[in-house]
Amino acid sequence: MSSSNPLRDPADRRLPRIAGPSGLVIFGVTGDLSRKKLMPAVYDLANRGLLPPGFSLVGFARREWAHEDFAQEVHDAVKEHARTPFREEVWQQLIQGMRFVQGTFDDDDAFERLRSTIEELDKAQGTGGNFAFYLSVPPSAFPVVIQQLKKHQLADQTGGSWRRAVIEKPFGHNLASAEELNKVVHEVFAPDQVFRIDHYLGKETVQNILALRFANTMFEPIWNRSLVDHVQITMAEDIGIGGRAGYYDGIGAARDVIQNHLLQLLALTAMEEPASFDADALAAEKTKVLGAVRLPKDMGRDTVRGQYSAGWQGGEKVIGYLDEDGIDASSKTDTYAAIKLEIDNRRWAGVPFYLRTGKRLGRRVTEIAVVFQRAPHSPFDSTATEELGSNAIVIRVQPDEGVTVRFGSKVPGTSMEIRDVSMDFAYGESFTESSPEAYERLILDVLLGDSNLFPRTEEVELSWKILDPIEEYWDKNGKPAQYAAGTWGPVEADEMLERHGRSWRRP
Amino acid sequence: MKTDLTDTTASKVNKALVQGRRAIGTPAVGMVLTLVIVTDEENAYDALRAASDAAHEHPSRTLVVIKRVSRSPRDRTQSRLDAEVRVGADAGTGETVVLRLYGEVADHAQSVVLPLLLPDAPVVVWWPVNAPLDPAKDPLGALAQRRVTDTYASEQPVRDLATRSRAYTPGDTDLSWTRITPWRSMLAAALDQVTCEVRAVEVEGEEFNPSCELLAMWLADRLDVPVKRSLSSGPGLTAVRMDTNCGPIKLDRADGSLATLSIEGQPDRAVALKRRETAELMAEELRRLDPDDTYASALRYGVDRLKSSWSAPAPRVPGDSVAKGERGEPKSDGRARLALPAPVEAAAKAPASQAAAEEPVRQEPPALEPVRKATTK
Repeated sequence: MSSSNPLRDPADRRLPRIAGPSGLVIFGVTGDLSRKKLMPAVYDLANRGLLPPGFSLVGFARREWAHEDFAQEVHDAVKEHARTPFREEVWQQLIQGMRFVQGTFDDDDAFERLRSTIEELDKAQGTGGNFAFYLSVPPSAFPVVIQQLKKHQLADQTGGSWRRAVIEKPFGHNLASAEELNKVVHEVFAPDQVFRIDHYLGKETVQNILALRFANTMFEPIWNRSLVDHVQITMAEDIGIGGRAGYYDGIGAARDVIQNHLLQLLALTAMEEPASFDADALAAEKTKVLGAVRLPKDMGRDTVRGQYSAGWQGGEKVIGYLDEDGIDASSKTDTYAAIKLEIDNRRWAGVPFYLRTGKRLGRRVTEIAVVFQRAPHSPFDSTATEELGSNAIVIRVQPDEGVTVRFGSKVPGTSMEIRDVSMDFAYGESFTESSPEAYERLILDVLLGDSNLFPRTEEVELSWKILDPIEEYWDKNGKPAQYAAGTWGPVEADEMLERHGRSWRRP
Repeated sequence: MKTDLTDTTASKVNKALVQGRRAIGTPAVGMVLTLVIVTDEENAYDALRAASDAAHEHPSRTLVVIKRVSRSPRDRTQSRLDAEVRVGADAGTGETVVLRLYGEVADHAQSVVLPLLLPDAPVVVWWPVNAPLDPAKDPLGALAQRRVTDTYASEQPVRDLATRSRAYTPGDTDLSWTRITPWRSMLAAALDQVTCEVRAVEVEGEEFNPSCELLAMWLADRLDVPVKRSLSSGPGLTAVRMDTNCGPIKLDRADGSLATLSIEGQPDRAVALKRRETAELMAEELRRLDPDDTYASALRYGVDRLKSSWSAPAPRVPGDSVAKGERGEPKSDGRARLALPAPVEAAAKAPASQAAAEEPVRQEPPALEPVRKATTK
């Protein structure tokens, strides 16, 4: 965006942040993610008036489609999944910039066609050579697509234009493969032009962690080891692996979720206040705190992995992991993982961070619970406070986004009895409907070149440094504990906390 | 749940609200602001509907203040407050209280509204019609952080713009300004695409549409070039043409929904610029409750200066609005008849007609000069 534009004024807060002239190329446009999330997000952005005039969307896939077929596909996807109402005039604006390029990833002709399509769009739509390439493709296809982009000069930024790469997780499956991937990508795209999507970071509640901590005065003074007893970060899913056996087996819950989502949530919860709210300052603080993470000494005691066995999930009979289609009966892949981490710095020394994730758990929920120490002294007798638990601040990331504060309150009556109550802030109640979908926000940020909400290379590599030793230990020792589908994980995980007199929250 | 209270007081209304919430089982309040709508019976329905649509985005307590017209001197001596309390499904996402004020209490509406404001939450007052000329000095306006008027609904929009600019207090805003956000956003995006210097601008739209003047003033204020306001038959704004040193830039919307953006040397592009519903405008208006400095700056540029900024003789425009200022009657006639023997309404309108009678601004444009200068930072 040109800063010399006299119509732009930072004080003019009604004018939305519109992306400059640009286009988006989606590889793997026929995939689920593209249909359910990306295309609707593009439409929603257009509908909110956040895309520049002439914005162009190019689909690249193997399917034999004409431009019209592609437009029809987008149309259907938008009608079905978009969050804002369908409006013909917005559609008319979008459709003018829609193109489809047919080909496989190793097809040189196809990439040449892509290049001429982009050049044609620059002329017809005024996209100014600014294109983001969204790689919604399996990780094995990353290197070939990236190399093709380089070979056909699609990644070259000429005359002030930009070319950006957007990649989805997994960012490797261990440190070595992550470094390899980063090397491949950075060989073609400069590090600041690579955007790694962690859709959790696009969620309002996750961004709100920073607002909650650093815009208020009442939380930060208690956000440290003097008052916090421990922190629990949970991401639970009620579904099984579904049709993802090929991807999931051998990867497991820890690599799939803890390495990216949960460690990012940990970083945001535990980091120090950044000097400013810009990408560099945020990344610096996140890197610092991830670098200070200490692994448990005894991994056998302080990490637990599990596999769901047959059981009942929400009134439905479901099969165990080892019975799922395409899973080897001797598979050691974890569908549940719980680990205890500590952070070696002045603020957090001695405060355990418990991270857990799993499939086929009680219900779908993601939350961060900061649990406080009990009062050092209570003037009430023990019968009065028998039912009083620990105070807690719970940030509910999904579903039902919000913040809950739990504290004790007197039960009405003549006797003194204190019981836990919760005070609730729900996003749905205080601000409804308008909060954009994570992908909307992230795509807009890519087009604007704003990398606040994207993990950087160092963060990805640090996360693998945390997880790799655990995976190695698991690989050599024992096998996953079994837990019945629809429960909150294996008993071993409960024992892991009980040893220190704590227990998991039931989210 | 709906409760009707006749001849009541604010504290009884408060009690009914609490009881209503208890009865539907959601005693927690997650509302973020109090929206006070000041209107007449005729416009209350539409305004309330727009507000409850907007409330999907901003759960609020909506207080609708309807000043009823007393039809006889006897009525006027009696004073009565009727209230209709709606909570739960009947009120969308928040709570709604419709207050009908009869007789003397109509002049003291703030005494009814004050006890019903949500604690510690911002207050927005919206006058869909008949807004006071100085919103911040109005007793109800004084309660609010944000005062929303709509010059589009006014008899003499252009004259009102001039008055508003003199009375401007931070927190004032106008739905006619809200209406042009998509236009402003698109024009700014158009200038993002080129590196040209704008030399002159023409804003074209229907007469009696203050949005055209506001857009023109904003452009003149930001670009510091002559801006011409020309007339078309609408709907609303129809075109903005910018003459730049690298060719013309034109944003043309003939049908009120799909516009064409043409930039010299670039292909024409279709852009969606649909005229928005009142509910959408209110939702935008409630999104930010801080003073809108850009609006203030555009407003203070001044309609008169706008006319003089276009050095080329454009006698039609000023001539027209002067004539309109004197006429005034034909349009107001309709409404005057509806509010026939209405002393309350007449009183509310009195300042407007006085201002029309005085009207010194039009004759001496330089009088505006110091006001405007003082604001440019």
